Amino acid sequence: MKAPVLSSWFGKTAVAAPPDIESAALRSDRFRLEREGDWQRLEDIVKRMEKGGLRRISDEELLALPTLYRTAASSLSVARETSLDAATLSYLEALVQRAWFQVYGPRKGFFAWFKEFILGGWSRAVREIWLDVCIALFVMVAGTIVGWLLVAQNTDWYYRLIPGGFADTRVPGASREALMETLGTEDSADRLSIFAASLFSNNAGVAILAFALGFAFGIPSLLLLVHNMALLGAMMWLFVGADLGVEFAAWLSVHGTTELFAILLAGAAGLHIGRSMAFPGDKSVLEAAAASGRRGAVVMAGVVFMMVIAGLLEAFPRQLVGSVEGRFTIGGAFLVFWLTYFFLYRPARVEDGL
Amino acid sequence: MSAAVSLRGLTNRPKQERYLVTPEGIEIPIMLASKGSRLGALILDFLFFFLVIYAVVYFVIFVAGGAAETFASDSIEGASGALEFLAILFILFLFFMRYGYFMAMELGPRSATWGKRIVGIRVAARDGGRLTPEAVIARNLLRDIELFMPLVFIMLAPGGEWGSYGVAGAVWFAIFMFFPFFNKDNLRAGDIIAGTWVVEAPRTKLAETMSTSGAAATSGSSTVTGAKYEFGEAELSVYGEHELQVLERLLREDKDEALGPVHETICRKIGWDPGAGDERAFLEAFYAQLRAKLEGDMRFGKRKANKHA
Repeated sequence: MKAPVLSSWFGKTAVAAPPDIESAALRSDRFRLEREGDWQRLEDIVKRMEKGGLRRISDEELLALPTLYRTAASSLSVARETSLDAATLSYLEALVQRAWFQVYGPRKGFFAWFKEFILGGWSRAVREIWLDVCIALFVMVAGTIVGWLLVAQNTDWYYRLIPGGFADTRVPGASREALMETLGTEDSADRLSIFAASLFSNNAGVAILAFALGFAFGIPSLLLLVHNMALLGAMMWLFVGADLGVEFAAWLSVHGTTELFAILLAGAAGLHIGRSMAFPGDKSVLEAAAASGRRGAVVMAGVVFMMVIAGLLEAFPRQLVGSVEGRFTIGGAFLVFWLTYFFLYRPARVEDGL
Repeated sequence: MSAAVSLRGLTNRPKQERYLVTPEGIEIPIMLASKGSRLGALILDFLFFFLVIYAVVYFVIFVAGGAAETFASDSIEGASGALEFLAILFILFLFFMRYGYFMAMELGPRSATWGKRIVGIRVAARDGGRLTPEAVIARNLLRDIELFMPLVFIMLAPGGEWGSYGVAGAVWFAIFMFFPFFNKDNLRAGDIIAGTWVVEAPRTKLAETMSTSGAAATSGSSTVTGAKYEFGEAELSVYGEHELQVLERLLREDKDEALGPVHETICRKIGWDPGAGDERAFLEAFYAQLRAKLEGDMRFGKRKANKHA
């Protein structure tokens, strides 16, 4: 029943010499004095790991860590049966807990995680929420149609849907030339990068909100999608009315295929959480929420990444490439790329170890 | 290794305690972080947040001023290029601070932001497994609806600009904000969807052994008076483990004025005549012998939780 005692009484940092073991009158104190050197060595290693990860400890210590951890865990288990020293017990409980976080929690580094994420983790997460992607897609299409129909019936709706800042010259009744001009290009790339950065920050913020709102059973995520897409529908109505439908589609497709796809995924991830909380199946609500939340988080990490690309596309190629064919080519290429990446690219799952 | 003693169901364990079972089958108690300490950590984090943002804003203004000066004589384009670069960095920096700070910190080996570290709490996976990057991302993406949106609504709704829509929004978002008050594990919305919770990160120091000094080490002889305290079976069976640990705390605290009343109480209880002047030695001796007896019984599977048992 005795725990294995590692012989090293003094770790690298000199521990204050413990009292002579024989001087202890109580058997449980002798038990403790025999082992406390190991405990303190473990504490020292754990403390340094907490401060700076694995860099601060030597190979030798890394090898000793599991043994020291088990020694401490076994000491705790024995002490609970034989010792009534409350201070020692609470020290051991705290120590084993801290060490446990380090021994059983060697998370992947960020780069290892990112590699796994790009090479399969992301597209797998997207495929896992396919049902929600379909629902979100349906809602988005419906939202666009609703926006169109509303404005077609009563142009007042246009001013309600489109916030003032957007509207500028794009209002019902504007001339074809004025509308054409808004689809035009800039002469140089000046200031476009600021535009890109603020677009990214704004769009990624909206996508994250769409995801977070999924917590309320997904309904607000869907409402957000409907609202955003109604805006698009209203704009489409305006441009098609001025006989600029194809030009508008080309203008939109440059970044739209990436951006709308990202919004679709964000909404779907939010909906996924809401749906699994409303219908947890045979898991508990908390388990279902946690499983779907983690899956959703992977999708969302990708959404932010897509928003970076969309922001760049929106600011540079869209404002610099003017031809309808050129714009369609860029937008189409990205759409094909995303679809291929998400649905055709299926590498085998890399096991994440224990 | 023997099967662990189950701590569950024992009385006198705190209400906020939860258990984690290691692969070795040992139950480790962990304490949930209190709402107060989490709020404290959050406020500290925001303090850092704003300090850093202010520092960066001043730095940007300083650099922008420098850039404008340097390039003004040469060309306007050079200056605008430099300023543009600064503006981009600034926008990205704000985005990173809003979404990245909490994530980056919680992905570290201590799983805690600076605020949490100062308060002494950390994030952990609720199922006892490891804390994955996905969980950290998920729990922090929800901060938007738990913190930023409610604050915006609560600050703007009373102004009446948004009408009853604003009030409804404020109430609705307040539900997310006060979520930790509605469940026993103090989970916030982000914790629920990430499968995490926030627990205390104890930093307990190893205290001295009790039986290596004083009267406890010398089988009951006092160094002050030379008297030898020895207690019989009947005298030691008055108390149980709870009283033993209260006595332990008292002796470790090193407050001599508190020893007197305790000494008196024990003496009366075991039918001794309380003297004065040698309380510490008496209590040390009593502690050591009581512990020796109780631990001896423990080895035979007999436990006495407190004096009533």
